[in-house]
Amino acid sequence: MSTRTNDAVLPYDEVVARFDPVLGLEVHVELGTATKMFCGCPTEFGAPPNTQVCPVCLGLPGSLPAVNEVAVESAIRIGLALNCSIAEWCRFARKNYFYPDMPKNFQTSQYDEPIAFDGWLDVDVETDEGMRTFRVGIERAHMEEDTGKTSHQGGATGRIHGADYSLVDYNRAGIPLIEIVTKPVEGTGKYAPQVAKAYVASLREILRGLGVSDVKMEQGSLRCDANVSLRPSPDAPLGTRTETKNVNSLRSIERAVRYEMTRQAAILDAGGRVTQETRHWHEDTGITTSGREKSDAEDYRYFPEPDLVPIAPSREWVERLRASLPENPHVHRARLQAGWGISDFDMASVVNAGAVEVVEATIAAGADQAAARKWWLGELLRIANERGAELEDLPITPVEVARVEALVADGALNDKLARQVIEGVLAGEGDPDQVVAARGLAVVSDDGPLLAAIDDALGAQPDVAEKIRGGKVAAAGAIVGAVMKATRGQADAARVRELLLERLGVSDQA
Amino acid sequence: MADTPAISRDDVAHLARLARIDLPEDSLDHYAEQLGVILGAVAQVSEVAADDVPATSHPMPLVNVFRADVVRPSLTNAEALSGAPSVEDERFRVPRILDEE
Repeated sequence: MSTRTNDAVLPYDEVVARFDPVLGLEVHVELGTATKMFCGCPTEFGAPPNTQVCPVCLGLPGSLPAVNEVAVESAIRIGLALNCSIAEWCRFARKNYFYPDMPKNFQTSQYDEPIAFDGWLDVDVETDEGMRTFRVGIERAHMEEDTGKTSHQGGATGRIHGADYSLVDYNRAGIPLIEIVTKPVEGTGKYAPQVAKAYVASLREILRGLGVSDVKMEQGSLRCDANVSLRPSPDAPLGTRTETKNVNSLRSIERAVRYEMTRQAAILDAGGRVTQETRHWHEDTGITTSGREKSDAEDYRYFPEPDLVPIAPSREWVERLRASLPENPHVHRARLQAGWGISDFDMASVVNAGAVEVVEATIAAGADQAAARKWWLGELLRIANERGAELEDLPITPVEVARVEALVADGALNDKLARQVIEGVLAGEGDPDQVVAARGLAVVSDDGPLLAAIDDALGAQPDVAEKIRGGKVAAAGAIVGAVMKATRGQADAARVRELLLERLGVSDQA
Repeated sequence: MADTPAISRDDVAHLARLARIDLPEDSLDHYAEQLGVILGAVAQVSEVAADDVPATSHPMPLVNVFRADVVRPSLTNAEALSGAPSVEDERFRVPRILDEE
């Protein structure tokens, strides 16, 4: 199985001119409960293998599951936040399959009776005509359990194919999962990739606001599968879909949907048929490759779980949970935007960069809103993109960014030095004050050394000095540059210029 | 029983594959017949259970049996692996998963 399969693709403009995309997004969220869904084993990430397991989650004979109340409560709160109806009565079901990631040979899930169903989520996407809100229908949100972690040994690539055997760690098996499935998302046209990304971003924001999960995509606590199909026009029946898995960052959701659209369009364009299958996203090459074709594997022989009694959330319980929901992120963003007094366009930049929370926190830590946006959407976003990381995953906190900005505002740092401090914090050299101290970074504010450096520079470039005296103030840049270089960027350039002109008795009227 | 659902040779082969039971070709008819008898017996229930009797998955009228989200001791790694036929690197060692490809 090569990841360098070169499938033909159609240029994106042509794809959207000739085909109508339909999306379906499945998101799995690992809940942040202290214990697993059906037993009291802890759920901490990164524990030694097979140390957070017990007879229940190992599927040993005679063990019986018991439902985690907080997990059910979280599921209801998620359903409510997504404008869903909450089932009056529902059951768990066994999803039977043979794969050693579940030691029981079935996964306890929900089948035709999800705890939450029929909701929606509004997401904002920047379009050619400005911000537009797309309503994504939610089909269902149901409770299930996560699987164990298999690692395939002996094969050339560490993937399933070609592996000689597999090793399994069941620490993750049984961690509560909520699977959230959208209705077919239609009418997005060329914005399908952005809508997919915005949906997952909004969902993540809601889940974080609810405090039900740490929603870290790179650690797998939020995972997305993207179903994509194309049809010749919005009136045509739905086309054959593919399901792309392993899409583990917001950026890759957008890229994966876009890639699948261009790949499927090329097949249809050549008169071929899209194969219904699972495909794997490859972050490095930006393409998807074929997984297993779905056939027998779809036959899960679901039946009601006999070891767990039904869940019948009382309406009082549901209403109590509804009353305790946090502010909807959509409303929250509108309130932030009004408070910061910025334009729709500027707010969209913050939202698209996934920077709402970090900017908000930086402002809360004392930074000016413009400065907070400048750092997160400028230097830090550039670094995050370079690293292929999300802003919030950078090893710098909003409090630290606010501190750097405070040092700039005090005149202790200039922009250039501030960037060095940020670089130091990101490199793990400590907090901003420690980096400033360790690297000896500080604006030289004492005029003495500056004047000495100015004199040196003037001495080295007497012709320039002459020009400035002669009234060519524009030439001052060369001297200022030399001084900045001599002070390793630690001088305040404006002050250097001021001192220089004073020294030469020239007034600053360029 | 007139409305006994028929179970075909192909159904048996399909179920055997799903359940990872290696049934010889020449036994498929035999099992199809036996399973048909069992399904016929189960179908008798619908003769007494009319439409007003909902399908029952749980005989006890219990709902909402919950456990508090409190950590209980887990097994140690050695305990967890003590019954495993094969172990490597503190993990369960299992045969390669896909036969195909």
